[in-house]
Amino acid sequence: MSERPIRVLVAKPGLDGHDRGAKVIARALRDAGMEVIYTGLRQTPEQIVAAAIQEDVDVVAMSILSGAHNHLFPKVVNLLREQGAEDVLVVGGGVIPDDDIPFLKEAGISEIFTPGTPTSAVIDYIREHVKRK
Amino acid sequence: MNFEKRLLEGDKRACARLISMFEMGNSEAIDIIKRLYKHTGKAHVIGITGPPGGGKSTLTDKLVKELRKRGKKVGIIAIDPTSPFTGGAILGDRVRMQDLATDPGVFIRSMGTRGSLGGLSKATYGAVKILDIFGVDYIFIETVGVGQSEVDIVKIADTVVMIMVPGLGDDIQAIKAGIMEIGDIFAVNKSDLDGADRTALEIEMMLKFGENEGWKPPVLKVSAFNNTGIDDLLEKIIEHKKYMLNSCEFDRRRLANAKLEVLKLVEEKLMAMVLKKTSTGDYLNSLSKKIAEREIDPYTASDKIITMLGE
Amino acid sequence: MFDNEKLEKISDAKKEWENSTLSKAISRFPERKEKFTTGSGLEVKRLYTPEDIKDLDYNEDLGYPGQYPFTRGVQPTMYRGRLWTMRQYAGFATAEESNKRYKYLLEQGQTGLSVAFDLPTQIGYDSDHPLSEGEVGKVGVAVDSLKDMEILFDGIPLDKVSTSMTINAPAAVLLAMYIAVAEKQGVSKDKLRGTIQNDILKEYIARGTYIFPPQPSMRLITNIFEYCSKHVPNWNTISISGYHIREAGSTAVQEVAFTLANGIAYVEAAIKAGLDVDSFAPRLSFFFNAHNDLLEEVAKFRAARKLWARIMKERFKAKNKKSMIMKFHTQTAGSTLTAQQPDNNIIRVTIQTLAAVLGGTQSLHTNSRDEALALPTEDSVRIALRTQQIVAHESGVTATIDPLAGSYYVESLTKKIEEEAYEYIKKIDELGGSPRAIEKGFIQKEIQDSAYRYQMEVETGERIVVGVNKYQIEEEGHKDILKVDPSVGELQKEKLRKLKAERDNEKVKSTLEALRKVARTDENIMPYILDAVKAYATLGEICGVLREEFGEYQPSIIL
Repeated sequence: MSERPIRVLVAKPGLDGHDRGAKVIARALRDAGMEVIYTGLRQTPEQIVAAAIQEDVDVVAMSILSGAHNHLFPKVVNLLREQGAEDVLVVGGGVIPDDDIPFLKEAGISEIFTPGTPTSAVIDYIREHVKRK
Repeated sequence: MNFEKRLLEGDKRACARLISMFEMGNSEAIDIIKRLYKHTGKAHVIGITGPPGGGKSTLTDKLVKELRKRGKKVGIIAIDPTSPFTGGAILGDRVRMQDLATDPGVFIRSMGTRGSLGGLSKATYGAVKILDIFGVDYIFIETVGVGQSEVDIVKIADTVVMIMVPGLGDDIQAIKAGIMEIGDIFAVNKSDLDGADRTALEIEMMLKFGENEGWKPPVLKVSAFNNTGIDDLLEKIIEHKKYMLNSCEFDRRRLANAKLEVLKLVEEKLMAMVLKKTSTGDYLNSLSKKIAEREIDPYTASDKIITMLGE
Repeated sequence: MFDNEKLEKISDAKKEWENSTLSKAISRFPERKEKFTTGSGLEVKRLYTPEDIKDLDYNEDLGYPGQYPFTRGVQPTMYRGRLWTMRQYAGFATAEESNKRYKYLLEQGQTGLSVAFDLPTQIGYDSDHPLSEGEVGKVGVAVDSLKDMEILFDGIPLDKVSTSMTINAPAAVLLAMYIAVAEKQGVSKDKLRGTIQNDILKEYIARGTYIFPPQPSMRLITNIFEYCSKHVPNWNTISISGYHIREAGSTAVQEVAFTLANGIAYVEAAIKAGLDVDSFAPRLSFFFNAHNDLLEEVAKFRAARKLWARIMKERFKAKNKKSMIMKFHTQTAGSTLTAQQPDNNIIRVTIQTLAAVLGGTQSLHTNSRDEALALPTEDSVRIALRTQQIVAHESGVTATIDPLAGSYYVESLTKKIEEEAYEYIKKIDELGGSPRAIEKGFIQKEIQDSAYRYQMEVETGERIVVGVNKYQIEEEGHKDILKVDPSVGELQKEKLRKLKAERDNEKVKSTLEALRKVARTDENIMPYILDAVKAYATLGEICGVLREEFGEYQPSIIL
């Protein structure tokens, strides 16, 4: 069996347009040898999950800076579960207060990366925690 | 997961998983395709290619929306280059097809070119078959318009649409040598820009030089952005397939492609056998060393390897 | 600037210094690194001397404050006459709460208002739109209709304050609402002072709150230019913004270049629409970022002013001096703030404040220390405002105009930024102007390359960010941060329901139909938007009609 690169969906749920972080991460993951599917701004949880299913990604990485994370991140996890895709690793990043992190982890987001996290930490985390294969 | 049943029922997740399994060389995936091969060959496979920045994905998005209005199911395979240095890729075509993401009658799969030297990756051939079994009526393969992929596209598509844009000027001259022959239809996108008429005219002139009997590739002006000319383009695509079917050109092309595909598979398998056979005892390396040191010539060496295969 | 004989002597002395004192020192104590660069990667020499500015022509290149080319400042007395406007961007949750915050800020000595809208408002959705779910009142105030705007400015006399609104794609609608509120207060349009951001090109490039495609967007913008030149003459009709371009990761040079290239595109569009350059250009304003590299930033502001003056005079043949003046607002750099040891951000903001003031800004927003964590608390907002007040009243830098002029380093950096930005502008011209360069992804790609380079420099430790990749400490979770009440969304929905039940729905329908018709023509759209707003049509309804008529922008190139 031949290897397939780790496939990651990098998505921006919600309405904020600050995609610097998402784009830097997308490039860093590519440079780490992963296949990154980038879906652009203003993605609804439904769109993110539809893309994750069709692209059969190993990881969904979301970035949000507007403060709507408590609403949108868990919704993505739930929709993935409904589709039977609970083996997809879900991580999030952005301006996310420490207080919210336990709630998000409970909701099924495996890890939250806050500002200042080096891209290498995200890459290592994904490599170590990807659930498939 | 009962893949066969779910795939035939049009289950997206099963379809997606199977493509992945095929990508990873999983033998189960290949067995499933073997068993369901008779279900393939129904979808109209359309290659969309052309220079970068021509608006291929936006145009694909519009064509697919039109097909959806007509109640057709569509699969899209969007191919972007893989970095030869890291093996990674950024696949961004979905950005221009956002409305299609949640459409139940559309399946989009992004792929890197992976190790295929700019051509279509092996996985593309599998994905086309899986989508066909999955039950789509049309399959769009959108390729980066540089390198080998646009030449590869004829080996898999029934209809090839070349997307051009005004203002390429000299580029057309460069392009014409290699790829003018492979377009079944030419679409000049961004027709609202200055120079669209000229570009269309230039393409027509070039096509005249190589004119032969049979299908005459039409040159259309479209604007994906303003949503003009999309209907006409779609009609031409459908007309092209009809023409092909009526003129036995279709059978000829599918026969030729079948031959190419089977030979390619044989080549791959042979190569895999060669590598396996010659890896024992570091045979290949020691043989190569001898060639480099002029102890043996490469011709004799290759004969030796071929002889080994029969053993 | 210097006569040749003197320059030669200086040069000889420098060589001597290099060969003796310097080389001795370096052989014993090598420098910390081989190459020194500015915050944006421009190479910095060990020492600058008169040689580095020998080609500088004082009158041509610098001139005098309030005179062409305005390198030294746009007013003749600068901060000796009047300090910059201290303008804190604020607004959250509901109009009622934001109104309270504005009154508080005005009491604290702030001199202008700056309204932040929530994302649904910025993208032209009402609070009850499905995409608004979870976003209502989060990054600013939710404004669905004139009703909210009336509450927002309740008790604030609009003829006395100047108001800046960070609104772009639906700028025409929010401006119309502001005008309507003023009318209800009995304040006529010509008394209104303020700014709308109204800069759609940088939304495509960096900020992402676009709605319509470029063509109709540019039409809305030129309609506003024309309408305001006739009816709201003291209103700044656009704030051409480099801020977000820089936040997206550009260098200082790119910030200047891309902002000015966008400025050129707006001027060209307005001229093409038949406006005389001097009729609208005096109301163009700019918005820049202040980063940590103090001297580079000062040079950047000076270079930008000079370049714009030259462009307006030479390229667009402006006659009115005011058309050549680049007035700008500055905000300290949100992207430099760290979530680690957030109090350190106060020091960063102080340096950035100095950069803006030494660079001659007309107004300033200072970020709060906790913005990398969440929305700022009241305490943090006050410290940020105090930072400006301390620089204004205690630092002494306001006593003389453009105090860093004549610094060999600052002058040579000013020149360098001017030249490199000009090269970019030329390149963008060759690509067919900024909208085409955006469509081709050129500008986005340049910015992303810079952003990625910067990130890698931080990760390799080549660039030190205090508290992030050096001098870290173990930190407790940060608890004292502001939370937006999640019921805001419901509250807004309820208000909308009530509004739709109480308003004259026939009138709403007829004004929206009139708007639809005019959208299809070349007529100025502003009066029709104003009519719809006054009939209490919602923002979402108005933008909905325009969405149907104009279509929506689809980004073409991403990475």
